[in-house]
Amino acid sequence: MTHVYFDHNATTVLDSQVMQAMLPFMAAQQGNATSRHAYGRTARDAIEQARAQIASAVGAHPSQVVLTSSGTEANNFAINGMTAKQPNTQIAISAIEHPCVMRPAEMLQSHGFKLAKVDVNAQCKLDFENLESVLRNPTSLVSVMLANNETGAIQEIAHVAELAKKNGAYTHTDAVQAFGKIPVNFADLNVNAMTISSHKIHGPLGAGALILDKRVDMTPFMLGGGQEKGLRSGTENVAAIVGFGIASELAVKNLTSHAQKTQQLRTQLEAGLHELGATIFAENTKRLPNTSFFGFNNVEGETLVMALDKKGFAVASGSACSSDSTEPSHVLLAMGIAPDLARGAIRVSLDANNTSEQVNQFLLVLKQVLNQLKQMVAMAA
Amino acid sequence: MAYSDKVLDHYENPRNVGSLDKNDPQVGTGMVGAPACGDVMKLMIKVNDAGVIEDAKFKTYGCGSAIASSSLVTEWLKGRTIEEAYAIKNSEIAEELALPPVKIHCSVLAEDAIKAAVADIKAKQAAKEAA
Amino acid sequence: MDRDPIYLDYSATTPVDPRVAAKMIPYLTEHYGNPASRSHPYGWTAEKAVEEARNEVAKLVNADPREIVWTSGATESNNLAIKGAANFYASTKGKHIITVATEHKAVIDPVRELERQGFSATFLEPEPDGLVSLEKFKAAIRPDTVLASVMLVNNEIGVIQDIESIGNICRENGVIFHVDAAQATGKVHIDLEKLPVDLMSFSAHKTYGPKGIGALYVRRKPRIRIEAQMHGGGHERGMRSGTLATHQIVGMGEAFRIAREEMDVENARIRTLRDRLLAGLQTIEETYVNGDLAHRIPHNLNISFNYVEGESLIMAIKGIAVSSGSACTSASLEPSYVLRALGRSDELAHSSIRFSIGRFTTEADVDYTIALLKEKISKLRELSPLWEMYQDGIDISKVQWAAH
Ligand SMILES: Cc1ncc(COP(=O)(O)O)c(C=O)c1O
Ligand SMILES: Cc1ncc(COP(=O)(O)O)c(C=O)c1O
Ligand code: FES
Repeated sequence: MTHVYFDHNATTVLDSQVMQAMLPFMAAQQGNATSRHAYGRTARDAIEQARAQIASAVGAHPSQVVLTSSGTEANNFAINGMTAKQPNTQIAISAIEHPCVMRPAEMLQSHGFKLAKVDVNAQCKLDFENLESVLRNPTSLVSVMLANNETGAIQEIAHVAELAKKNGAYTHTDAVQAFGKIPVNFADLNVNAMTISSHKIHGPLGAGALILDKRVDMTPFMLGGGQEKGLRSGTENVAAIVGFGIASELAVKNLTSHAQKTQQLRTQLEAGLHELGATIFAENTKRLPNTSFFGFNNVEGETLVMALDKKGFAVASGSACSSDSTEPSHVLLAMGIAPDLARGAIRVSLDANNTSEQVNQFLLVLKQVLNQLKQMVAMAA
Repeated sequence: MAYSDKVLDHYENPRNVGSLDKNDPQVGTGMVGAPACGDVMKLMIKVNDAGVIEDAKFKTYGCGSAIASSSLVTEWLKGRTIEEAYAIKNSEIAEELALPPVKIHCSVLAEDAIKAAVADIKAKQAAKEAA
Repeated sequence: MDRDPIYLDYSATTPVDPRVAAKMIPYLTEHYGNPASRSHPYGWTAEKAVEEARNEVAKLVNADPREIVWTSGATESNNLAIKGAANFYASTKGKHIITVATEHKAVIDPVRELERQGFSATFLEPEPDGLVSLEKFKAAIRPDTVLASVMLVNNEIGVIQDIESIGNICRENGVIFHVDAAQATGKVHIDLEKLPVDLMSFSAHKTYGPKGIGALYVRRKPRIRIEAQMHGGGHERGMRSGTLATHQIVGMGEAFRIAREEMDVENARIRTLRDRLLAGLQTIEETYVNGDLAHRIPHNLNISFNYVEGESLIMAIKGIAVSSGSACTSASLEPSYVLRALGRSDELAHSSIRFSIGRFTTEADVDYTIALLKEKISKLRELSPLWEMYQDGIDISKVQWAAH
């Protein structure tokens, strides 16, 4: 049976160059990076080199890179850490944030903050008028994701940051999905903090980072040994960090060619999807080049995903990051998509290794599966 | 912590380790620092009648930079007058040994030791004159 | 340097066992997949591996796999346990916490943070041997004590606390009991079916597993609740969100399996080595072992060499990799707070070396270490004005030292 992986927004394949760079730090005798002997120094040097690679890949200074264990941790750290020393005013997030921004923000709400969820339009674009009116209340932090994990929609973060600054609020952006797929530049985005994650860019699981403007009065989240200048305690995961560094470098190097390739494949895919009668979400918005999120009326997304899987295609229904929920995607609901259509949503996220044949195969199989499902519905009726 | 080659050299081959006769009227002793701080430096100088330092010895309990700083000053002191010795600045020591910022206080300690040793010899001379 | 230094810093971190690395690597390449992706086999393979590893971790400590929550390391486990339990139970039980002055910073700092948030805390001073007095512990309990946190094995001096007795006191008083066992796995037997412990922290990289992965044991019977600290997709039954690093989890499982199967034989061998090291070093004058020797893991030897300064000593013994104070805390010139809590003078605290022995240490390593220490201590003492004073019979503690 064919095995085609079309779920690269969930996690990517580890690049073999990245793996080669990690191996010495996984297998051989190695030190704790805080130790002051030769083993510790080797680990420390490797971490600092990776930090520089990561910084340069996102247009930041190495001293702005706070290494964490994941994007989830970096987002939780940002939401909690940037608000802890502020009066309990308001925090504003977009209605389409990933749960690891949404939930910590909701927790703050239960600790006395006001939470504003800024609307998006039917094309998944942030409603700036709504943001401006929200910002009329005193606000500590605005967090809007650079690219959405489901639709791939890209927001104008520099503009968000400008409005936030004007109103005295910090800005954070979750750039986990954007990094590696479109150019990401911390300085240009003008935000105070930005989250990135290693396993979404062909790096290993186990490393993420918060890129942090040092002027932010930040409260650490993970307390202990004082690593990362006291901002993130815990023994550094040297192998994963080394991998993250190389992966960042490669992500930038390959960005243009990969974006072109995936964009081509997606155009091919979406032409076929239209023929099958699919609705493509956020189609008319600037999107990540690799992501296509679509749905069919009267078809359960989960059923479709299972059926496609039996034929060897790995795709996602909504976000794989949140485990087994059958709720329709909160992103689609925020866009005002009818719950019935939303329940049928499927996400294909491509990678430069995917091929035009795979897309053709996928379209054929999808057609078959849809027909079968329709027959079943017809029979039940 | 990366040490400079000069620190390593003085640390591995310290010059002029030891003591002079502390009761000799020509010998001045400076003992500075405190064990609780992790550093104690003892510097002894032998000064001839012309006020020139003929010999210098040290013992140091402290980090590598402190050992190197005191070893270095014993080399510098020999042949200098006590006035010249008194003028040695910690910044010169720190510069010669390329000490990183966290180790500057080790050179301060060495300067303090020189000043204490010079003060001691001056006190001895004053006592002799008074006698 | 002509050769790699001999590694005697197993308490800072252990090398990954080659068997562990071998098991991890396929999960980096062939079996990629997000274990939370329920919809395709890439995710399923990962999920199965994660559950097998959870089983292995549970088995080493005789717990139910459902009681094991993955984290990024013991630092996170400690933060989660302490902040999570204190916040969950504060409204019903109260806002007082008991811990010990010699705990790892990853316990101390979260407790301090809770103090800032309105909790109060007692930091018990241990006895001079490093052990917690049960009487003092009992006396510290107040009606509003919600949580106690006491480590099983200390990272600097290796002493083993009487967790069972302390846990029983907690039970009698309705206090939630957390234990940091980062330094204990594979070194002492842990039976959570019997031990009256509610929450226990583990780390893989102290037991020949990879860095960046750990676990928190959360008791089910009676059920202990914690407030999650990391929110998101609701992984780990809502207690800890975030995509899991499958290869690291697999590594931790394998490391804990090996520990379970080999610890008895291994610890006997390590004890022989430690005793040899101790005997060798004790031939040097004016050396003091820090911490109780009987209630102590065989892997650890923490010794102060009087009249030599720690940092210069470390510099002198570059042929071996050891630490002075705790390597888990970042480089600082402060003498170890653990040794100070034992009532050691600053000088002795400054001149302490932690030797930690492990799976790959040999007898030749130990003999080399003894010879090296003898040579270098004697050289540094030649340089030391304090040693000179000691030999002249001067009592250094009576000397008036100029302020520095
Ligand atoms: C937009 C977004 N933010 C954050 C995350 C979480 O990152 P990580 O998997 O590194 O915890 C994800 C992926 O799951 C994501 O898609
Ligand atoms: C007793 C103890 N607890 C916690 C930790 C922190 O664990 P980790 O390095 O997994 O964050 C360490 C060591 O670093 C430790 O020795
Ligand atoms: S003398 Fe104190 S660190 Fe050098």
